Amino acid sequence: MEAAVKPGSEAELAQLVAQAEAPFEIIGTGTKRGLGRPVQAARTLDMSAFAEIAAYEPEELILEAGAGTRLDEIEALIAARGQQLAFEPPDLSRLLGSPHSGTLGGLMACNLAGPRRIKAGAARDHVLGIRGVSGRGEVFKAGARVVKNVTGYDLPKLLTGSYGTLAALTSITVKVLPRSETEETILVEGLDDTAAVPIMSLAMQSACEVSGAAHVPGEGTFLRLEGIAASVAARRDGLAKLLARPVQILAAKASGTIWQRIRDVLVLADTPDRQVWRLSVTPSDAPALLAKLRGSLEIRYVLDWAGGLIWLDVPPTEDAAAAVIRGAMRAGHATLIRAPEGVRAAVDVFHPQAPALAALSARVKDSFDPRHLFNPGRMSRGL
Amino acid sequence: MLKMPIPDAAAIGRRAEIAAALRRIVPGEGVIEAPVEMRAYETDGLTAYRQLPLVVVLPETTDQVAQVLRYAHENAIKVVPRGAGTSLSGGALPLADGILLGMARFNRILEIDFANRCAVVQPGVTNLGITRAVEHRGFYYAPDPSSQIACSIGGNVAENSGGVHCLKYGLTANNVLGIEMVLITGEVIRLGGKHLDSEGYDLLGLMTGSEGLLGVVTEVTVRILQKPETARAVLVGFPTSEDAGQCVADIISAGIIPGGMEMMDRPAIHAAEDFVHADYPLDVEALLIVELDGPKVEVDQLIARVSDIARRNRSSTLRISESEEERLLFWAGRKAAFPAVGRISPDYLCMDGTIPRKKLPEVLRGMAELALQYDLRVANVFHAGDGNLHPLILFDANDPDQLERAENFGADILRLCVKVGGVLTGEHGVGIEKRDLMPEMFSEIDLNQQQRVKCAFDDQGLLNPGKVFPTLHRCAELGRMHVRGGRLPFADIPRF
Repeated sequence: MEAAVKPGSEAELAQLVAQAEAPFEIIGTGTKRGLGRPVQAARTLDMSAFAEIAAYEPEELILEAGAGTRLDEIEALIAARGQQLAFEPPDLSRLLGSPHSGTLGGLMACNLAGPRRIKAGAARDHVLGIRGVSGRGEVFKAGARVVKNVTGYDLPKLLTGSYGTLAALTSITVKVLPRSETEETILVEGLDDTAAVPIMSLAMQSACEVSGAAHVPGEGTFLRLEGIAASVAARRDGLAKLLARPVQILAAKASGTIWQRIRDVLVLADTPDRQVWRLSVTPSDAPALLAKLRGSLEIRYVLDWAGGLIWLDVPPTEDAAAAVIRGAMRAGHATLIRAPEGVRAAVDVFHPQAPALAALSARVKDSFDPRHLFNPGRMSRGL
Repeated sequence: MLKMPIPDAAAIGRRAEIAAALRRIVPGEGVIEAPVEMRAYETDGLTAYRQLPLVVVLPETTDQVAQVLRYAHENAIKVVPRGAGTSLSGGALPLADGILLGMARFNRILEIDFANRCAVVQPGVTNLGITRAVEHRGFYYAPDPSSQIACSIGGNVAENSGGVHCLKYGLTANNVLGIEMVLITGEVIRLGGKHLDSEGYDLLGLMTGSEGLLGVVTEVTVRILQKPETARAVLVGFPTSEDAGQCVADIISAGIIPGGMEMMDRPAIHAAEDFVHADYPLDVEALLIVELDGPKVEVDQLIARVSDIARRNRSSTLRISESEEERLLFWAGRKAAFPAVGRISPDYLCMDGTIPRKKLPEVLRGMAELALQYDLRVANVFHAGDGNLHPLILFDANDPDQLERAENFGADILRLCVKVGGVLTGEHGVGIEKRDLMPEMFSEIDLNQQQRVKCAFDDQGLLNPGKVFPTLHRCAELGRMHVRGGRLPFADIPRF
């Protein structure tokens, strides 16, 4: 039976950590526990009490909320004021078999971003400030509550994507931005990935401000335009002309549906036994990489980020084909997203790093959490 | 005047030996030790502070940088990295007992990859040089600090530089995809690349804006963008800064993120108009330039919306640019605001706080009171969209009392920014200029955590010491788990 502790305040959390003699697994609502390597800790540190939205100031473009605040609550609140998290957080609940999309803290801990990543940046580009407790049991803050700040090291970025291995975050301030008035999607049918990636690149090189560029084998190549109606129409016409081939236009509703499908990786969600990888690559490398992988593996995949993001799945094996996949990559990184616990314990879930970088990362870990109290083993055996 | 760490006499005594060792690494003209030749490196954009370095080294290759840093590490010699030397916060101010590591020879553009919308460049390439290299295909590099003709991309990474377009297009951190860097140990590491997001910890995000304290960048991969189809600007005058501030808030609330949104106060308007004759209205308290960029139809619609919002906020004058010449004329005054202020005062200090925008009237009133108290004039230019304020404090450096008053005035302005919920620096960096104000914003615990991160990169504190942090700690001391209440362990550590 696993023990849980649930601090109700920063002071209580700090005391718990300072007096801890054994490590914790940090959780919000636990929706992303399957991401990363299995944590070697007998106790969970439940952060769900830190769930207050401390500030939402639409005209200052900021929102500050407890790390345990539900993401769907935040999205509903800001949508009511015509705003959004511009990095388009994916809801991986169907892919991961979780009941909902989780918390703000979980989202930031995993640095998840959706299709708009290519235009608006990642989660880490939208985090402005953090508060939390380090592994030394000290309450600290970094960053601030304004949208432009270079005072001190950018620890908010460092903590974003650190999978809870550096600190237990209590509060996070993010930038919120206006939602687009409308959207449309250009659909090009009949392209294989060798043809689709250059088409997406052409669109991204234009001034049409494409905010999503994805290729779903069997479904088509999708290019999204967002903004005010007149602008979307003008860019849609301009882009269609540039592509110089037959296209279909998906109006706002159909466009929204397809981008949610791409964002949430629904194409690969409903075959839970297959093992899912997420590859970040140089976009133009994608077709050759996929050709190589098809030669030795039975894969299904979706290309997002104009080819720079490959979601792919493979039939279940004990090593999730890690060596084959990473061996085929020229650059970038591959992360194992969905696999049974035993597989995630056995293979490197995150891309292995060169020795000097791995050693530096370990020193950074120690600078926050010298006793390795937080999520031990989540990112690698040492982190 | 701010104090720097007391130089290590032993290191100064070894100057000849150190120069000789550096010459073995960087042959030829790459090592400078004659004081008259080192004069060019004695200051940066914060010219009130000057210091000759111990010796200057100008490597040309990553391997040379690695050897220089390894030598410095093995011999416990301090190193100050320098790009183009345009820092406004003293980030590149040399140390009397430190090697000045100049990166100017890293001036090549290595690769332009339009298909993947990025450029790979050496850190000494200027910010504008990147745009120049890609503009024949309609591309540009988005962050545009006002020093962009001179400042280097390596310096931009070190300072996380911004510019007038960063509300819409982001700061340096949002536009850098990857770097190659050298640690003080001489180890070379690569972070990111042409792909997005880091594997493992976001050390790229940490490096950006670390002010030369964590490592030396030897290669940068940046994102390049297609230029917007068109851009137009609205020039609006307001009878009060409150009206102008409310107009900015209403534009953002209407869901509009302009390409640029700049405000000037009355003294700045007058100085700029006297200098460049941009036909600015002189009977207003605040002038707003709002630039919209994108497809023509979008720009036209948004210009109309912004104009409506401005009129509803009691604008007293409003002009819309009808040609590219007119748009550039609107900007001419703003872009010349610093030299324009330089014409009416022998010297000025350029401050750089960020505030929540709604606090602008309060901060302007507070600044006016401080101006009376210190008996000095101040002019304000303001990146209004993101709340980044640049008060320019006018003074005469030949009068030591005026310099001291100006510095104290500036410190009080930044304290005011922090008090209303803002920060000490929005884009210029802490450097030496705001170093001693860091405790206004951060607790000792906050600062110690940042310095522990520094220790993970630089265990002896050799890279750019005396910048950013008001107290130098030994890493061993920071690593201790418990400090007994109030009693300083290591009573001999430098505090300045």
